[in-house]
Amino acid sequence: MDYFAQQAINAIQQGSIYALIALGYSMVYGVLTMINFAHGDLFMVGAFACLLIASFFPLPFIVILILVMLATGFLGALLERLAYRPLRNAPRVSAIITALGCGLVIENVVLSLSPYAKPMPPLFTVTGYHIGGLSVSTLQLMIIGVSIALMVGLDFLIRRTSFGMAMRAISFDAKTVPLLGIPLNLIISVTFLIGAGLGGAAGMLYGQAYPVIAASMGILVGWKAFVAAVVGGIGSIRGAVLGGYILGTVEVMTVAFLPSTYRDLVAYSLLLVILIFKPYGLLGKAPNQKV
Amino acid sequence: MAAVVAFFKKLGANRYALPVLLAAGFVLSLVIPQFGLLNGYVQFVLIMIGINIILSASLNLVNGYMGEFSVGHAGFMSLGAYASSVLTVKLLPDLPDAFFFLPVIVGGLVAALAGFLLALLSFKTRGDYLAIITLAFLMIVKSALENIPYVGGPRGMLGIPKLTTMAWAFFWVVVTIWVLRNLLYSKFGRAIAAIREDEIAANSMGVRVREAKILAFSVSSFFAGVAGALFAHLLVFINPSSFDILKSTEMLVMVYLGGIGSLAGSIIGAVIYTLLSNWLQPLGTWRMVIMPLILVLLMLFRPKGIMGFRELPWFLPKREARRKDS
Repeated sequence: MDYFAQQAINAIQQGSIYALIALGYSMVYGVLTMINFAHGDLFMVGAFACLLIASFFPLPFIVILILVMLATGFLGALLERLAYRPLRNAPRVSAIITALGCGLVIENVVLSLSPYAKPMPPLFTVTGYHIGGLSVSTLQLMIIGVSIALMVGLDFLIRRTSFGMAMRAISFDAKTVPLLGIPLNLIISVTFLIGAGLGGAAGMLYGQAYPVIAASMGILVGWKAFVAAVVGGIGSIRGAVLGGYILGTVEVMTVAFLPSTYRDLVAYSLLLVILIFKPYGLLGKAPNQKV
Repeated sequence: MAAVVAFFKKLGANRYALPVLLAAGFVLSLVIPQFGLLNGYVQFVLIMIGINIILSASLNLVNGYMGEFSVGHAGFMSLGAYASSVLTVKLLPDLPDAFFFLPVIVGGLVAALAGFLLALLSFKTRGDYLAIITLAFLMIVKSALENIPYVGGPRGMLGIPKLTTMAWAFFWVVVTIWVLRNLLYSKFGRAIAAIREDEIAANSMGVRVREAKILAFSVSSFFAGVAGALFAHLLVFINPSSFDILKSTEMLVMVYLGGIGSLAGSIIGAVIYTLLSNWLQPLGTWRMVIMPLILVLLMLFRPKGIMGFRELPWFLPKREARRKDS
């Protein structure tokens, strides 16, 4: 039982990171109905930005977190401005292909500059607590706490502010929104900024939890987080969080109770089964279809 | 430029040009390795071009002509590669070289079966969710192969006989293009064009959407499996990570570079991509920066690719070619 409870804590930690990245996919899908395949690489950039900042400036954790989020956020917004905005009225496939291409460019630039995996310095001293048979580290608490704080903040932003209302309006009907005086481009840019920033924060937390970072981590974790977003219903913010925690739990429990090589098999089979029974994810809605 | 276009137009209109070129190509594909006219590396690149043409043409059927977005093509390719290699390595080790078509066809059929099943799953969803289903399929195939010790697990399969020759590659390229061309200008071809334009409208006008989708997916995955089999017997070594998402991306690059909805485009895309990636080899990992950058720029300035929805006269049936002229 202790073993199970211990794994549950690990699952929450893993799920928090997936949920943070999945939010980025879902937010972008919400406003542009486009899958931003470069998002996993923004997550990786977040980890490398943290490494760069931390090795040159010994700043406190929270300052580095903000700097990392700003850096990846602006990279995300830049990507939108340069690559996705010119394609907004082009066939949807062109935008998807462009996103795939941008992701590859970012990944391989980082790979060329840093061909080997790099160790990540710890940003604060980790102490472990033992409660009964369980052990929890400050690192785990930090990861879970920061993720949940960011998610709650985002939920507040989307549900209670005028910016959030504009964002939801765009995802409801992007054609009418500019007619009502809402600055469409600005809202979309900020959405990218926030989504990419959350991805960058996830990259930083992931780098603290698994302190070896490499250029290819964006593919591995990014696609998983994408699966999480789809399981929850892509475009739905709360669905992304739900999907993230479901995927984290499935993965950690698979590794805990089955051979670890079954991890991807189980995760993707779960995705397939969910899509067969709920074709638009757990909290997603079927789009209106007109001829 | 205009002179080149005029030359190709004239060449394309000549009805003896195609059979002569095909025969010459086949003879050359036999003669070149026999007398060592080109060095081994050039021959290898030529065969890779052939394999990539098969891949991009078959992916174009689903992504270009039918307008669905599939990223799982590397999965079909790996099924073909593994099925044919199991046949030549484990089950029929004494197979004469002349019967190489047998494992290739088996590889294609195994892949086609998977494509059939994936088509059944695809009915419920469309658009982006189909991309996700094909992605999940690719990942499931990859990690399943990693967990089967019989085919070598993550280490991969060794000792595959080197059976892919230039002649076989040429033969399968011609078969692929011929089958796809005839299929695309049949009633089925009209059906998938209708699906591309608007699936719901096509359905309500009496197009058998399900049949067309099943056929498109099965044919497309059959040829991906064929390409996989040729690939395995060219490299004589395969492992599950040779067929990951990067391989699928490579095929997408070829299709969208050459042009969607065009067989000539698939060929051009495969040739340009293979040559470029070999020429840029000295750049190391920067090569993989330049290739996707080209793709992004292409999408920004020419979203349909070089030959998007245009075709050389050779790939049109006679009836079709005459209608284009008038």
